Amino acid sequence: MKRTWVVCALLVPLAAWAQPKPAPVVVPEYYRLLEDGNPAELFEAKGEALWTQKRGPKSASLEACDLGKGPGVVKGAWVEMPRYFADTKRVQDLESRLLTCMEVLQGFNAAEIAKTPFGRGEQVSIEALAAWISAASRGEKLALPQGHAEERRVYELGKRAFYYRAGPYDFSCASCHGEPGKRIRMQDLPELAKNPGDAVGFASWPAYRVSSGELWTMQRRLNDCFRQQRFPFPGYASDVTVALGVFMGVNAQGAVSSAPAIKR
Amino acid sequence: MKRTLAISAFVGAAVIVAGCASMPSPAALDQQALAMLKASFRDQGIAKVDRLNQDAVQKACSSDKPPAEALAKQIEGEALAAIKWPAGGRYLGDWREGEKLAQSGRGMTWSDASVATTANGGNCYNCHQISKQEISYGTLGPSLYNYGKLRGVKDVADPASAAIVQYTWGKMWNSKAYAACSNMPRFGHAGLLDEDQLRHLMALLLDPKSPVNQ
Repeated sequence: MKRTWVVCALLVPLAAWAQPKPAPVVVPEYYRLLEDGNPAELFEAKGEALWTQKRGPKSASLEACDLGKGPGVVKGAWVEMPRYFADTKRVQDLESRLLTCMEVLQGFNAAEIAKTPFGRGEQVSIEALAAWISAASRGEKLALPQGHAEERRVYELGKRAFYYRAGPYDFSCASCHGEPGKRIRMQDLPELAKNPGDAVGFASWPAYRVSSGELWTMQRRLNDCFRQQRFPFPGYASDVTVALGVFMGVNAQGAVSSAPAIKR
Repeated sequence: MKRTLAISAFVGAAVIVAGCASMPSPAALDQQALAMLKASFRDQGIAKVDRLNQDAVQKACSSDKPPAEALAKQIEGEALAAIKWPAGGRYLGDWREGEKLAQSGRGMTWSDASVATTANGGNCYNCHQISKQEISYGTLGPSLYNYGKLRGVKDVADPASAAIVQYTWGKMWNSKAYAACSNMPRFGHAGLLDEDQLRHLMALLLDPKSPVNQ
């Protein structure tokens, strides 16, 4: 009896898939099916534990880390970043801010972490922390502050970086993300010079990537964009990456964040 | 009355000055953005930081607004004049090889080993529909399905086909010859594909036997 049920359960989705459907219909369906049971939750749990754990040369937790809404306040912080921080006198995205906190509070070497390849060493900690911190703002609207002159200046720099064409293919960010409704192969491309809507583009990273089984932060997403743009290698948490974050985030002001999302 | 006006003018000027103090001029921001780019990137494999240095075309097309018409015309004219036409007037290769090149998205990233043309694909399906059989195609560029057929190419050697054959070569050699800020890479001009590779892609689009024209 039980066995029959299992077989039927298997056959139903198979029958559904047996009907040929045009790819543009199947792909959104695939994404919807993925949303049940997002493995990003595993990274979130790890990040939550890392936040309170005493670590690093100073054996301290990150609970005193100020993500922009006061020391230790995590909820709602993600949707207001990148933003200006008075202590560092810089506009910082989540990851460059985490580097600051890990160095100041825990005694880690931020420059060393920035040089560490994705998926290794303390980069793994940052991935988990980014998953947990962004999850604490899930369902909230992007609301990046633009009150500080430096935040407005960095937006302008991000805009210039977005349209900067160079390299052997003449690509800029705008080559792929300057118009609505475009694709590379089957991959939908969000328009990033405007608000592309809820839970897409800037409002959907970090994300768990099914194809690689990895949690990709916004920094890693940008890094691979630049690779495909045929550009040289962007420094981790470098000014251009933060400026592009401000440009994309401010353009998408009001979009609902689904981070950490799930992607193919 | 006069006094009120003077005060208003003063307040207005003060607002403008305050605005200037908080936001650098557009030209200053351009300089700061360049400095930011130079400071943010490093060499990785074949992708060196000198890739950030723009030529005149890239520079003219790096804004949310298109360049002035005169500049666009100048770019197009110079690009057209510099197109290298194929040796021996041989425009077409093998469409089967062209299909392989069109499928390949490889080339020129920091994870590619070599900048040699032989290491590069055409990246065509990334942005264009081409043959009917391949359903995984991008939409950044126009559909090229039935490219030759729609343009009435029945025999590529027919003088009646010469104009479209030459245009197609020119477009792949340097897309900016026909649209100053075209999104398409300059495959010949930038040394991304060699003449034989371009001939194969020409055949994919124009050969009446190619699946593109069925």
